[in-house]
Amino acid sequence: MDKVLRDKKAICVFVLPAFVFFFAMVILPIFMSGYYSLLDWNGMSKGVFIWFDNYINLFTSYNNAFAKSIGNSLVLAGLSVFIQLPISLTLALILARGIKGEKFFRTVYFVPVIISTVVIGQLWSKLYHYDYGIVSSFLRMLGLDHLVLDWLGDTRSALICVFIVIVWQYIGYHMLLMYSSAKSIPDELYEAAKIDGASELRAAFKITIPLMKPILNVCVTYAIVGSLKTFDLIYVLTGGGPLKSTEVPSTLMYTTIFFKNQFGYGSAMAIFIVIECLLLTVVVQKIFKSESYL
Amino acid sequence: MKLSFKFTKRNVIVGILMLFLIVFAIIQIYPLIWLVLFSFKNNAEIYNGNIMGLPEKFLWSNYQKALTDGKVWLYTLNSALVTGVAIIVSGVVGVMASYAIARMKWKLSNVTMIVFLLGIMIPIHSALLPIYKMLEKFHLRDTPIALILPYIAYALPMCIFVCVGFLKSIPKEMEESAFLDGCSIYRSFLSIILPLIKPAVATVSIFTYLQAWNELMFATTFIDSTKYKTLPVGIMSMSGQYSTEWGPIGAGLVIATIPTILIYIFMSNQVQASLTNGAVKG
Repeated sequence: MDKVLRDKKAICVFVLPAFVFFFAMVILPIFMSGYYSLLDWNGMSKGVFIWFDNYINLFTSYNNAFAKSIGNSLVLAGLSVFIQLPISLTLALILARGIKGEKFFRTVYFVPVIISTVVIGQLWSKLYHYDYGIVSSFLRMLGLDHLVLDWLGDTRSALICVFIVIVWQYIGYHMLLMYSSAKSIPDELYEAAKIDGASELRAAFKITIPLMKPILNVCVTYAIVGSLKTFDLIYVLTGGGPLKSTEVPSTLMYTTIFFKNQFGYGSAMAIFIVIECLLLTVVVQKIFKSESYL
Repeated sequence: MKLSFKFTKRNVIVGILMLFLIVFAIIQIYPLIWLVLFSFKNNAEIYNGNIMGLPEKFLWSNYQKALTDGKVWLYTLNSALVTGVAIIVSGVVGVMASYAIARMKWKLSNVTMIVFLLGIMIPIHSALLPIYKMLEKFHLRDTPIALILPYIAYALPMCIFVCVGFLKSIPKEMEESAFLDGCSIYRSFLSIILPLIKPAVATVSIFTYLQAWNELMFATTFIDSTKYKTLPVGIMSMSGQYSTEWGPIGAGLVIATIPTILIYIFMSNQVQASLTNGAVKG
């Protein structure tokens, strides 16, 4: 029987098809991108090897566009961690302690997560419409006409308006992760706390949240990494405008490659995004580990 | 029935929490209801101030317009084709690889698993230009295959992750006795494993569906021709086409979402599980 399970030919038959797809579309492209990023190349002529000049240019180019785009994505990461996750956590804690309509609320909160970001984007661009959008109409109804802006077309409001949509869309996702984790905590712990006279709120802070640490780690990581590589909603809502005010690294990479034909420079941005994501994943892990004795 | 409500401290707190939940439920769902409402209206109604209310008359013609004139029907078919092929192929090759990783004995099986799992973490950004170049080289760009290939590849890590976990959790006895009776490895895979692994494949298929159906970055880069556009890109061109007419745009957005909502209505637990199980175990 062991012989059957060690059959080299069979192993190849089973693994090779998946591996070929994966190698050609996932592994190989990373190395190609790494190589492209060392070239001065417009896609037509042959590229010239320039070592790390592209990477240096990312942070020394005259308009600092890339650094600004990273700044924007970090703002989004901050909003996700400090606004989105607390909302998700509150919802999850309430639902997990058993309240009427538990399943209904869970199902409703999750709906935006599964809908295409293009649909979400188009929908919100209507919500933000200057004349007929809900946001403007609501403010006018309250007689606050002077507060109405061309939400997505005004550099003062565009960035925050786009970020609100991204935060809004994934509240339900983090809620569900946290909810399943909170739900798996045994009831005995709460009963013991109750006997000791602890209030529900105290129990939440002293029992539930500390025990949810592993999933909070995952949520924080996802929120940050997701913010750093965000593309769809910004591409649909503003395309990085107005006046580059909503540019994030991935939209900038996209225009650099496909509109400005700076293939090498754009690839350096792509590689930078990958490394940045991996690095921050490690940093978040470290932070959560070092706090495990608190 | 007794209808006595007492203002105890507990009841007040529960009331406040309930209110909080309801407010967020409205925030999360109202934009979508609003979308459905305006998809039935015409511009005259919207411009005259009926933005939030029910439509005076349900204009099904908006839907007709979006489907035919706005080509949403075509985009839906394209999305269905690309997504369907990606689900089937990634499911088949993914389950095969999972079987070899979870059950068969070879030195590199752990390494192979880790390599596939790394794929979950890697952003697709770095693959965009290289795949674009490869597709151009093989004259596959601007064909449905240009999307099918990467969608299969990027569905594999999750598929293998879920299926290997599932296979490791089911007992080996049946296969072992089959081998003793002289059953071949292929036979045992086809007639023992495949029937057992169905639930895992269902979860994975939903995940792949959501990825492929909603994917934008590859779709907007690899496809130029209208006849091959999938929904995310198609919808963007449709809303450009109707930029000032809200009704047909709304109708198109609703149509693009209906399949997802149907799947969600019938399998909400599996949909939720498919998107979260990578995080919970990983």
